[in-house]
Amino acid sequence: MRGIASLTRNPIVVALVMALAVAGCASKKNTPNSAADLGLGGGAASPGSAQDFTVNVGDRIFFDTDSSVIRADAQGILGRQAQWLNQYRQYAIVIEGHADERGTREYNLALGARRAAATRDFLIARGVASSRLRTISYGKERPVAVCDDISCWSQNRRAVTTLGGAGA
Amino acid sequence: MKHFFRMVLTVGAIAAGLAAATLPARALVEIDVNQGNIEPLPIAVTDFLSGDALGAEITGIITDDLRRSGLFAPIEKGAFIEKIENPDAAPRFDDWKVINAQALVTGRVTQESDGRLRAEFRLWDTFAGEQMTGEQFFANKANTRRVAHIIADAIYERLTGEKGYFDTRIVFVDESGPKNQRVKRLAIMDQDGAGVRYLSDGRSIALTPRFSPSRQEITYMSYESGQPQVYLLQIETGQRELVGNFPGMTFAPRFSPDGQKVIMSLLRDDGNSNVFAMDLRSRTTTRLTNSNSIDTSPSYSPDGSQVVFTSDRGGRAQIYVMGADGSNQTRISFGDGIYSTPVWSPRGDLIAFTKQSGGEFQIGVMKTDGSGERILSSGFQQEGPTWAPNGRVLMFFREAAGSGGPRLHSIDLTGRNEQAIPTANFASDPAWSPLLE
Repeated sequence: MRGIASLTRNPIVVALVMALAVAGCASKKNTPNSAADLGLGGGAASPGSAQDFTVNVGDRIFFDTDSSVIRADAQGILGRQAQWLNQYRQYAIVIEGHADERGTREYNLALGARRAAATRDFLIARGVASSRLRTISYGKERPVAVCDDISCWSQNRRAVTTLGGAGA
Repeated sequence: MKHFFRMVLTVGAIAAGLAAATLPARALVEIDVNQGNIEPLPIAVTDFLSGDALGAEITGIITDDLRRSGLFAPIEKGAFIEKIENPDAAPRFDDWKVINAQALVTGRVTQESDGRLRAEFRLWDTFAGEQMTGEQFFANKANTRRVAHIIADAIYERLTGEKGYFDTRIVFVDESGPKNQRVKRLAIMDQDGAGVRYLSDGRSIALTPRFSPSRQEITYMSYESGQPQVYLLQIETGQRELVGNFPGMTFAPRFSPDGQKVIMSLLRDDGNSNVFAMDLRSRTTTRLTNSNSIDTSPSYSPDGSQVVFTSDRGGRAQIYVMGADGSNQTRISFGDGIYSTPVWSPRGDLIAFTKQSGGEFQIGVMKTDGSGERILSSGFQQEGPTWAPNGRVLMFFREAAGSGGPRLHSIDLTGRNEQAIPTANFASDPAWSPLLE
């Protein structure tokens, strides 16, 4: 994962990586943060922009089934998120917690909340002011990958760090 | 909601000369719903006499209710020998016995001078040669379907000894649009899928609607404020109200059996969730659980003395029971799998649940001490059972692999008679109303 982590600093490579990831379930899947949505065709993200954060830092981490433990690969991403957020302090931050569909609705709302809280706590421990951070759980109601197998479920078990406007 | 005036048609109203009718009711026909393998009872439901299409419409609704219950086998009209000309007179029982109609329904629907409908029916035991019951109802024409459901309930009750469940409604989540941007709005319909009406506009996600046992009101969870929280909604007026003023997410609401409290989960700042009850009159909140775990999906016992809920305090989600004050929290599920969405039956003797085991989702029931687990249905993805008010039928939602979205299904407590509930869009989170008033 370290290899990919370092590559992700280059937006063009990121676009390729995302395209490859999408190929797994191409016809059934939607990636809201796809290259087109991010306007990557138009050139590199300007430093400190939301696009810079999503593309060069990575806005999401993934979890194991029924777990809210921050995995080793996710720690690297969150570490970079904290560094970036501490540099660009104008943003309020909402952390979305999500679950895959292999659980019941109410339990998964709670599980998504727990993932969001674990992500928030990690960022706070890395110096991000708690006053800037808010969490919300979507349970299994907002999948990004839509298919009926594990290739999609693993992408839906996620916490997404989203940037709001002015700080809290 | 006194839409209906109801009165019993006595045997005295029947044309004279029917000796059997004067005998005490001595039903030869009855259905033992406790028996595992029920042979559906052959029944003939004749078109209600009317000057227009209304009679046949009412008959059709009654016939569909009885057939879908799995307890009745309505006989095709083409097989009928006698044409009922006068529903007040005794039928020619031999004509019905010869086509093996063990029970016969006759009736009439007319319009009163004030515009109301008058619907009357009689249920006959053809082999005993007597009337089993007869009633008439007055209702607004807008309530035609309800009149038919009430008559079907009366037939069901007379022949099974159990309360019916046809004059009930289902509140559910209507799902439309692609899966990753799905619109989830509250809707309500009759238990047979007719008369769908939307209760929310779909601009924000609404989930887990549950009926009040005593009022035309539901509690549900919505993202409309940005923070997912529990609300109350008056079905008739559309008036909405936030339940409590909590800093974090509130979810998984359900009413207490007296309708005075909402029990729900409240997210703690550390990411765990605990169970709270809120008194709707005094607005006081009582904490029932305090564990470093997910405690959710609380459901009261019908006497209000206990609460069943889901908790992962033991590692994975299991079912626990506690006193309504939070005392004696005891795990009751010990099978091989993950258990969630427990719902106490209206009879008090069983708890329905969702179980994940062997890569499948199952709908099952267990006794309130966790013993006697029985799986009623297994599938790729299904969850969220809700009980019919008589405790004989469960509804849940299922998404078959590759189907793109969930649909509602019902199944008998026996594990038989699975039925799909027709809905225009995908549908999830059904909650069954009490019998309507």
